[in-house]
Amino acid sequence: MTSNVSSPVGRPRRRTGLGARTDWWALAMIAPALIGLAALYLWPFVSTFLKSFMNVPVFGPGKFNGVDNYTKLLTDPEFWQALGNTALYTVLVLIGIPLAIVFAALIQQVSRGRAVYRVLFFLPVVTLPVAVGMVWRFILNGDFGILNFVLSLVGIPGEYWVADARFTIYAFAVVGIWMGLGVNLIILGAGLQSIPTELYEASSLDGANRVQQFFSITLPLLSPSIFFVTILTTISAFQMFDLVFVMLGSVNNTALPDSKTIVYLFYDAAFVQFKQGFAATIAIVLLVIIMIVTAIQFRLQKRWVTYD
Amino acid sequence: MTSRNSAASRGEWRIHVILIIAVTLMVIPFVWEILTAFKTSNEVASLPPTIIPANPTLHAFETFFTSVPFWAQFSVSALSLIMRVVGQVLIAALAGYAFARLRFPGRNVLFVLFLLMLMVPSQLFLLGQFELMKGLGLLNTLPALAIPGIFSAFGTFLMRQAFMTMPKEYEEAARLDGAGTLRTFWSVMLPMARSMIAALAVLTSLYSWNDLLWPLIVSPGGGNRPLTVGLASMQGQFGTDYPTLMAGALVCTIPLVVVFLALQRQFFAGIASSGLKG
Repeated sequence: MTSNVSSPVGRPRRRTGLGARTDWWALAMIAPALIGLAALYLWPFVSTFLKSFMNVPVFGPGKFNGVDNYTKLLTDPEFWQALGNTALYTVLVLIGIPLAIVFAALIQQVSRGRAVYRVLFFLPVVTLPVAVGMVWRFILNGDFGILNFVLSLVGIPGEYWVADARFTIYAFAVVGIWMGLGVNLIILGAGLQSIPTELYEASSLDGANRVQQFFSITLPLLSPSIFFVTILTTISAFQMFDLVFVMLGSVNNTALPDSKTIVYLFYDAAFVQFKQGFAATIAIVLLVIIMIVTAIQFRLQKRWVTYD
Repeated sequence: MTSRNSAASRGEWRIHVILIIAVTLMVIPFVWEILTAFKTSNEVASLPPTIIPANPTLHAFETFFTSVPFWAQFSVSALSLIMRVVGQVLIAALAGYAFARLRFPGRNVLFVLFLLMLMVPSQLFLLGQFELMKGLGLLNTLPALAIPGIFSAFGTFLMRQAFMTMPKEYEEAARLDGAGTLRTFWSVMLPMARSMIAALAVLTSLYSWNDLLWPLIVSPGGGNRPLTVGLASMQGQFGTDYPTLMAGALVCTIPLVVVFLALQRQFFAGIASSGLKG
């Protein structure tokens, strides 16, 4: 802005235009984004918040009922089960992050074939989650799934992985890790590339081997990226819906009632049972849970994330 | 230096072995999907299962194409993707530029508002967005699929960051040449932001093509269904006819995979610059 003032050609009006005065074009340029944000995000957010304190019938206006929805939700065993399922799924999916770190570091080490490895790890990301769910449902099928056949070859009895609620969350997690690996790999790979190679050269002169370098250089310098993918993975795992819907839904699956996630519960309440008030409460509680978990992660990062 | 390099390449084959095993595990589901699509449903149910189709057949693909309106669903997916990507890039670039470079009252407050919306899970907006689409009479239409995604706090944020990093000299030169704000934006700044625009477009395409929940909500009547909803409803229709299900999954997956193979660099740049997941 100061460079304007010192510009050689005198155009007083323009100078102040960019400097101190309101640029009316700016308002025109943000207007579309602002209108959309207000109508499609801000207002829906406010109305969901209000509806969470309301009983909203299918037809007609809603009536405020205080914290009734909240007491109903928090005393509903189905909610606690869904929360437990979602939390278990999230914790399991986080196992994918160490895997992504190791594979990203290994890809970084090779001189040939990097592009091919990246593409193959990334394929599940560009595959429709619905298709992913269908393929895995077939692989994990209890009667003629290939997994049970392979297990039987080594003498392990197969299970109904996607029809028995004892196993469904683990099945989702395997698929979730498989689907998320490519994204985490790319983000961590970008982080790895920003680590100066001189550090490795210096430490190998000091006699450090690759494993020592991984723990003393790679991990600490990569920790901001690791923290970033941890936050993203946690938030998206808490919002998991597709896999429940595709791997258990559409058919009368006996494991479905015990395998729901929070967002599945929300979808079911809002758009299948049309209990909008109750659904709004689920959404608000989900927001609060994600905020608390994220806040805890930010608190904990001080202990393990190194910023230079 | 040379000794270090040769030492590195001597050990490299071990890393390749590990990576090849991992990558094989990654692609096995795809291989199984493809193999199954060429089998008959009798063969799939037989024990022990065959790996390679005994009599490879296109029967499953024929069943899929005759009983599912694939091309109709494909065009719904493609058209809503185009609407969403073009709309979002344009609106986000305009707003992002204003936030990055222009002065107006309330700029910081508004920007913080955009950032806050970024942190809220999308489920919080669904009820209100559905009500709005219903109120506008847009249920079961293409615009309903695309409209909410056109407005993106995330896209605005990304474009703002892109414009922030650009040198101011170009703008000043354009202005000295007499170009107005809009002209400067359109013919000087926007072309310079093309790599970020490509990344944003690719990322938005990915979300749009893969999204299930919103289309499920906004197409209750079954009109204008995209591929995701069509594919999901196939499961009820075909039950355990796995070859047909796999053929369908395969056919619906191919378009985006082809685009990905052609635009790898943009996909990776998009993911790396944002890291946001669906």
